[in-house]
Amino acid sequence: MTYKRQVNRLPIVPADAKEHNVTCHYCIVGCGYKAYTWPINRQGTPSSNKFGVDLGQQQDMETPNWYAPSMYNVVRQDGKDVHLVVMPDHDCVVNSGLGSIRGARMAENRPSRTTGTQQQRLSDPLVWRNGTMQPTSWDDALDLVARVTARVITQGSEDDLVVSMFDHGGSAGGYENTWATGKLYFESMKVKNCRIHNRPAYNSEVHSTRDMGVDELNYAYKDYEMTDTIMVVGANPLETQTNLFLNHMVPGMRNGARFIMVDPRRSVTVNAAEQVAGAENVLHLAIKPGTDLALFNALLTEIVDKGWVDKDFIANSTFKEGVAQAQDAAHPAALGSLEYALEACRMSADQAAEICGVSADDIRKAAAWIAEPKDGKRRRCVTAYEKGIIWGNDNYRTIGGLVNIALATGNIGREGAGVCRLGGHQEGYFRPSDAHVGRPAAYVDQLLIGGGGKVHHIWANDHYKTTLNAAKFKRVHKRRADMVKDAMEAAASGTREQIVDAIVSALNAGGLFVVDVDIIRSQIGQNAHVLLPAVEANEMNLTSMNGERRLRLSEKYMDPYGNSKPDCLIAAGIAQNMERVLREMGQNDYADKFKGYDWKTEEDAFMDGYNKGNPEVTYERLRAMGNNGVQEPVTGFADGKLVGTERLYTDGRFTRHGREDGKALFCASTWRGWQAPGKEAEMAKYKYWINNGRANIFWQNQFLDQANDFVQDRYPFPFIEMNPEDMAELGVSAGALVEIYNDNGATQGMVYPTDTARKGEVMMLFGSPAGSQGNVINPGVNELVLPDYKHSWGNIRKIADAPATVKGTSFKSKEYKA
Amino acid sequence: MSRCDKLVDVGRRQFLRGSAFVAAGAATATIVAPVPARAAPGLALVDYPSTKLGNVKDLKANEPMDIAYPDEGSPGVLLKLGSAVEGGVGPDSDIVAFSVLCPHKGWQLAYNTADKSLNCPGHFSRFDCENGGQQIWGHATNNLPQFQLRVDEKGDIFADGVDELIYGRYSNVLAG
Repeated sequence: MTYKRQVNRLPIVPADAKEHNVTCHYCIVGCGYKAYTWPINRQGTPSSNKFGVDLGQQQDMETPNWYAPSMYNVVRQDGKDVHLVVMPDHDCVVNSGLGSIRGARMAENRPSRTTGTQQQRLSDPLVWRNGTMQPTSWDDALDLVARVTARVITQGSEDDLVVSMFDHGGSAGGYENTWATGKLYFESMKVKNCRIHNRPAYNSEVHSTRDMGVDELNYAYKDYEMTDTIMVVGANPLETQTNLFLNHMVPGMRNGARFIMVDPRRSVTVNAAEQVAGAENVLHLAIKPGTDLALFNALLTEIVDKGWVDKDFIANSTFKEGVAQAQDAAHPAALGSLEYALEACRMSADQAAEICGVSADDIRKAAAWIAEPKDGKRRRCVTAYEKGIIWGNDNYRTIGGLVNIALATGNIGREGAGVCRLGGHQEGYFRPSDAHVGRPAAYVDQLLIGGGGKVHHIWANDHYKTTLNAAKFKRVHKRRADMVKDAMEAAASGTREQIVDAIVSALNAGGLFVVDVDIIRSQIGQNAHVLLPAVEANEMNLTSMNGERRLRLSEKYMDPYGNSKPDCLIAAGIAQNMERVLREMGQNDYADKFKGYDWKTEEDAFMDGYNKGNPEVTYERLRAMGNNGVQEPVTGFADGKLVGTERLYTDGRFTRHGREDGKALFCASTWRGWQAPGKEAEMAKYKYWINNGRANIFWQNQFLDQANDFVQDRYPFPFIEMNPEDMAELGVSAGALVEIYNDNGATQGMVYPTDTARKGEVMMLFGSPAGSQGNVINPGVNELVLPDYKHSWGNIRKIADAPATVKGTSFKSKEYKA
Repeated sequence: MSRCDKLVDVGRRQFLRGSAFVAAGAATATIVAPVPARAAPGLALVDYPSTKLGNVKDLKANEPMDIAYPDEGSPGVLLKLGSAVEGGVGPDSDIVAFSVLCPHKGWQLAYNTADKSLNCPGHFSRFDCENGGQQIWGHATNNLPQFQLRVDEKGDIFADGVDELIYGRYSNVLAG
């Protein structure tokens, strides 16, 4: 039976409730919310309340004066229980009062001992002792971390320390926490064996656009509302950037914009666009998997040959003299002038039609929708892309090929234009230089598999759910961690010094000492020897920017859960303990490198980092800017307000590559078929393409949603969308459990009948805790170690008929039906 | 979309509990110390009216009937689905009723007869009438409020309660 909360009334927010600015800490869009808190023994009334209206009456649709049960909780604030309501902010220009199925559950997903929510949250440091994880003090846990880490990097080198760390804003991360971790590993140390939360190396997901001079977040969301064409590639914004789609793309279509989608799969975004714009104004190019670049090259060719380029823009803002950057180990394609690049990537619509499996007429139609002058004027087009090509075939050239089109048509730095990634998390990157990491960066997950590294510091990463070749990674990581656990148990009755000796012996024999900083005990956390409990946004003050570079301060409204701490203060604690231990070891010069972490609060970390690079920006000024914040880069402070930048490159000068001439470069993005090793052979060997993606109901890898009843009721198992004919061939019905397997490993999920799924192409969830797609993805990456998560092929077999758990699950089409 | 516009008798509205509260409050205000003030005990749960929505003979399979519950301000739909469902009432255990205010932003949902779903024209959310109003896909953070039904010996269908908060209300039965 479908989950119901059986809530039939809710407390009313009193007029004097405290009000806090909140930026949703989940997706890149960063919707504005207001948090209200008030004492547990008080409440508002229908006639006297925060909203100043009669709440005894039915409120109208779209009302700013009502909240849903998921927006309520009881949390601790300054040591006392308080009521908490977190509801969408109607005055925030990002979301205009809309809440997504993720953000509108922020309150419910807070840890509360009173209401019992999120009891999976870590409250105290834990250390492996006597065969289990035992709670302990921060001093004890950090002492062990520092002693083992210091011993290893002084006996060997900093290359023996492997670090997996978030690089984003939002829930973890933020400018405070990326700075602190960056200072620890890139300034106090020079760790080069590091990786980012969702991929196996420390690299950009969009190297090519940056090398071409174009930052990947260059527009304003309102550009969607003033454009002629919206082109979305490898993304599903209705589900994953929900209120960007609803509050900006939909108004754009209502203003007359056409909509182009490039994606092998028909997603709910395509259906919604058809509802809004009319099917005749939506062009879904359902290309064969991995062929995006051939399409982009044909679009560029068509646009140039038709003379639809922006000649003035090309003359004034792009490089003219042939090759500017040759292809080499750090550049998987050469970069240069339009003429030069076009020579390398010229492809006719007919050729691309053959490769991509769509009609040449549709390719020409797309080119016309993007660039054919309209009423004698340049046509405006916003281009948005995300994981479909970021985690797709030939990352560097494919993104370069897409940016080529925007450059050729002058669609950057202008109203109604832009070529941008849509993004996953918010951004919040401020760290010392990572130049020592190198390019290409180390393939860290393979390094660990190969026995490399001795100490592994993990910050809010869960490789179990977000790596490729995951089955092998898990086996090896566990085996190496278990060697250390066994050694610690064998030395259990010894002193701290003797236990550290035992650990180091195990490390020298191939073991791995694992320190995991997280808010919950993640799957990779099962291998940890030390678990350090962190907090989320609003349990600390946190700054980050969204997909249009909108910087906000999301304010603290509740206490950290138990004895958990902000990541920045945990990093400071590690640094302080490293300094102490190194001094004890007589390594005073080394110890001195760990000075400068005497922060009491997250604001201290912000001032030490971001503020030093951006002196105008302070917490106080950001607080005053509220939920609309300021768009980065911040250029000044005037009339009591921070002055920002609505969109980048309005002066036609491109700078992201660091070239002094300010000229953008085109990418010589020659199509070369499957780029990553092993993909072509795997495709030939197996029957099904195993696509993966996201669903709007889950945030990220479900780290909180795995403990949310509303979410787990909807999908008790991770779904696998499958064409009914494939289901018939496999002899499975809706809700059956199936296993996907290939030479890399196996994973599983629940069959979700999907009539729009193409035969032989299934789509499973990325990052699910109950069926990791990474198990079946081969280790193939591009030259710069970008994973091609999207391309995996396997066979499928039935595990079981629909289990009893699935009895209350709907298997109807996800597409809106008028 | 197929939506019947006929509003049936929503029954006698019952707001007795609210008025009892007011009376008790007025009484305590007149009591003088040292007699201890004692308010009438409030009820922990919302007291739902029992409202006649229609009769089983009024319903045809897969033809929605407009209703309102617990009062005229809360539109709903009464449905005979045509095959038994969990929680369904009536001789065929297939009669259900739901709020038609989308729990996301309060848009009015439309019934799709082809797959027996309620769909939101505002933001594309949809709910499964054959599965307790489970959100099939959408933005709401709760499933669709379902009205608890009872059928008497004459075939009259009554609503007696609601299992989720109705959009736009701080109390499913308005405080007045």
